[in-house]
Order: sequence, then C-alpha cells, then structure tokens
Amino acid sequence: MAKKSLKHQNIANVAVVHIVLAVLSALFLIPLLWMISTSFKTETQAGAFPPVWIPDPFHADNYKTAWEYGKEQLNGQAPMLIYARNSILLAILTVTGTVVSNAIVAYSFARLKWPGRDLAFAITLATMMVPFPVLMVPLFGLFKDFGWVGTFRPLWIPAWFAGAFNIFLLRQFFRTIPFELSEAAKIDGCSEWGIFQQVILPLAKPALAVVALFSFMATWNDFLAPLLYLQDQKAYTLAIGLQSFRSQAGGAPIHLQMAASTMMVAPIIILFFFAQKQFIQGIATSGLKG
Amino acid sequence: MSKPKLTSQTRAGLLFAAPWFIGFSVFLFFPLVKAFYNSFTEYTILTPPVWIGLENYSDLMKDELFWKSLGNSFYYALLAIPIGTVVAISLALLLNQKVKGQAFYRTFFFLPSLVPVVPLAILWLWIFNGESGILNAFIEPVFGFKPNWLGDVTLAKNVLIVMSTWGVGNAMVIYLAGLQQVPVALYEAADLDGAPAYLKTWKITLPLLSPVIMFNVVMSIIGSLQVFAQPYIMFPGGAPERSTYFFSVYIYDTAFRDNRMGYASAMGWIMFILILALTLFAVKFMDKRVHYESS
Repeated sequence: MAKKSLKHQNIANVAVVHIVLAVLSALFLIPLLWMISTSFKTETQAGAFPPVWIPDPFHADNYKTAWEYGKEQLNGQAPMLIYARNSILLAILTVTGTVVSNAIVAYSFARLKWPGRDLAFAITLATMMVPFPVLMVPLFGLFKDFGWVGTFRPLWIPAWFAGAFNIFLLRQFFRTIPFELSEAAKIDGCSEWGIFQQVILPLAKPALAVVALFSFMATWNDFLAPLLYLQDQKAYTLAIGLQSFRSQAGGAPIHLQMAASTMMVAPIIILFFFAQKQFIQGIATSGLKG
Repeated sequence: MSKPKLTSQTRAGLLFAAPWFIGFSVFLFFPLVKAFYNSFTEYTILTPPVWIGLENYSDLMKDELFWKSLGNSFYYALLAIPIGTVVAISLALLLNQKVKGQAFYRTFFFLPSLVPVVPLAILWLWIFNGESGILNAFIEPVFGFKPNWLGDVTLAKNVLIVMSTWGVGNAMVIYLAGLQQVPVALYEAADLDGAPAYLKTWKITLPLLSPVIMFNVVMSIIGSLQVFAQPYIMFPGGAPERSTYFFSVYIYDTAFRDNRMGYASAMGWIMFILILALTLFAVKFMDKRVHYESS
C-alpha cells in the first residue's frame, strides 16, 4: 500500500513538473512565434487589436518585400542582400582570424614554458574587465589615423591578434591533451610549430569549433562597432542595416520589420540545430571552468 | 645562439604569443593609457588634446545626466543580474529532474538567447507596444486598460529587464552543466537520512554550484554595466525623460554626437574603475560563501 501511494505521489510530481515546464516554455516561445506570425500578416492585420494569432491571409511575399525594401536608394539592389553579404564576409574574416590567432597564442600559454608566462596569463585574464566604452574613443582615433574608418578593417583586423576569452578557453582545452604526445613528436624531430600543427590542432577540433561558433555569433550580432565605423549604407552589416530599416525615412511597417528580423534570426537558429552539441558544450565549458 | 639563456622553448613561446602581445599593446593597453591621459584634456576628433587637469572629473560630479545615466545602468544591473540568476538556476533545477523531453524544454528555454540584439530590440518594441502589442492583449481584458510600457517613466526601464530575463538560456545551460557535475553519491547519502528535496537543494546542490554562480555573476556585472544596443535602439535619447538613458549610451553620445572626447574618456575610465572595484568586491564578498572542493 505504502509503495503504491508513493508511486502515485511520484506521478503527481512528474505531472506538476511537466505542467510548469510547459507553461514556462510557452512564455519563452511566444515572443518568437509572435515575431514569425506578424511577419506573415498584412499591414492592417499586424496592427489589429485584439491581435490576430494566425495570419489570414498568409502573406509569404512579405519576405520578398522586406528583402527589397528601400532598393531605390541602392540603385535597385536589394538592401538586405547587401547587408547579408557584408555580414557574411565579415564573419568569414573574423572567424578565421579568431580561430587561427587564438589557437597559436593559447598553444604558447598552455604547452610552452617561458619566463613570465604565468604573469602574462594573469594580465591576459584581467583584460576581460576592460569595458569597450573606455577603449572606443582612442581606438576610433587610432583607426582614423590608419585611414580605416569607413572600411571593414577596424571590425576584423583586431580579431587576428587574439583575445583573452578565447585564449582562456583554448588553453583549458590544450592542457588536457597528454604531454607525452608532444614529447614523442619532439623525439621524432618535430619542431614546436610541427607539434602544434600535427598533434595539437587535430585533437583540438571540438574546442576550435566552439571558438569559431562564438566568434561567428559575436560578429553577426555586433552592433556598436559597425555603428562606429561604417558610414556608407553599402557597407552596412545586417545589424545596423536592420536598425536603419526601422528608423530611417519613417521606417518600414511592422510586418516587414518582423520579416526582416526573422531573416536575421533564422541563420542562427538553423546553425544551432546543426551544431547543438558545440553550442551547449561550449557555453557550459565557458561558464564552468572559472 | 649568441644568447645561450634563451632556450628554444622560450623563443618558441614568445613567438607563439607574439600576436597577442601585439594585439594587447595596440588594441588594449595603448588605448587604455591614452584614454587615461585624454581624460585630463579637452579635444574633438579633429583638434589635438589640450590639458585641463581634473576639470572633466569635477564637471562630471556636477553633471546631472552623468548621475542619471549611471543610476539607470546600476538599476538595470541590480535587477537584471539577481532576477536572471534566480530564473536561470530555477530552470536548470527543473530540467535537472530528469523529466522526459528534457532536451526539448532545454531547447525552448535556450532559443531566445540566440536572438541577435537588433531583432531582439525590434521584437520587444513590438510586444510592449501600447496600442497593439501582444502583451496588452493579455493585460487589457483583465485590468481594463492598456499600460503604455514604452512611454512611461517607471515602466520603460523595466522593459529592458524583462528582455534580459528572456535571454537567460545561456546561463541556464551553464548551471545545468554545473548541476550534472554534482556527485550522485551525495544525494544518495541524503536520501538515506530521509532529507526532503528542498533541503537537498539548499544544502548540497547550491553550495556545490556556488563557484559557478560566482563566476557567472562576475561576468554579468562586467557585461551589464556596458549594455548599449538595447537602450540605444529602443529608446532614442533615453526617452521617456532620460529614464532609459544608460551610461554607455551617454559615453557614446558625448564622444560621437557632441564630439567631446576628453569628457567621454573620463567617463570611460570611471566605468573601468567601477567594473574593477565591483569585480574585486564580488570576488571578496562571495569568496567566503563559495564552497570550493578541497583538492
């Protein structure tokens, strides 16, 4: 009897947990679904109150309209196409630079001994506390002196010179690779560069994928730096392009704003479903190894 | 070879670290020092800095907007961080119950944190829209009126806190991973003693999770004082009545709209010192309460 009531209690518990989780899931998902729903509505239906949940009629061509919205100002070229192209180009340059430079530097901190290394690493970690707003004025001056303002260069060249967070992340991983492997390679006559390339990098692929993923996200999302350095609409990334879409010349109507927003979110969501493991493990290690 | 002390490993180490030495010097250390020097000067982007001593700092002390924007940023940090931490840990605890479909729920909670900041801002402007926003579709039938979320001095800044809470998925994933590292043996021992679930959470789970909580709270402090894009996009000029004017936005406006680079540099350094002080304080304060596994 006692066993049976315990079982009943367990079933009740599980049911309560499921109900709570379902309600919370709804709270987290409704905003996203609302964005997608609005993106398929007509302008009048988008503004209806009380709101219409399911678009009727279903206007899929909102996406085409949003894609081309404001093309008169760009000699007939679809603005979203230009923004997307810029964002992708920047992402390629930044992701490559971030992965390459941080792997090289992290190798030094993780696997090579040199005087002052630990102090240098401590200073490196401390730089995570430096906020961007204190750097942005001198950096702007510096890039202006270089003649880089108005180009993509301030947005991707610094990525080729490593950064504290990724050095830290990769160093943690590199240290878990058995040192015997390096020793063996050294006996075989491998240089440090050879060990790095042939021993460490192949084993570090999962960690490098995480760094690539994070830096892609950061570039795709970045708003402040492109706002500072890009002046010509033809150079806009999706982030500031979308912002101008909303704010300039009276702004696009809400259903088109939602369609354009969905187009910027969709690649990230798709990427997440393809690289779920890297996302979850990468975030977990970035927050646990403190 | 002329310097026998320089071992081949030292040479390799310095060479491999060289990109970061350059990056650190050019993109971090030099700008940081330059900002410090500039904070004692007055200049525009086109004119050279003129030394004015402590004037920027003494002006800041009398600048109402400085205090207002600093207050807004702190208000945001003081609410968004505790709320976000509690929500993230609660979600993680719920998911850690080993319920069926855990992976689905985890995905649902996580997805919002993937939304880039510009679509995020646009979406929430639309949700909180006073006229036809979806939130008021729930509020109006119950309360009989539509709150003007975005235009009300007390409500507007809380919109930003709701948005930040919607994005706790990232922290939740970290806490969930932390929970999964708690040794099962500890719970089994507690079960033998007949300990109720809340007691196990309070006495076993949270203490063991405390180093993770500390690390994430510190990172959140650093991040939330720098929040820029959300208020900048959603509330131009900090409307209504500067109630959403954040410290970062004031620095940006001072430098790139008003062209007062020295004044902006002084504010930048104040932000740096605040983050430094708060981080050290958080580490010191929490260190006593954090449970580290003895090794």
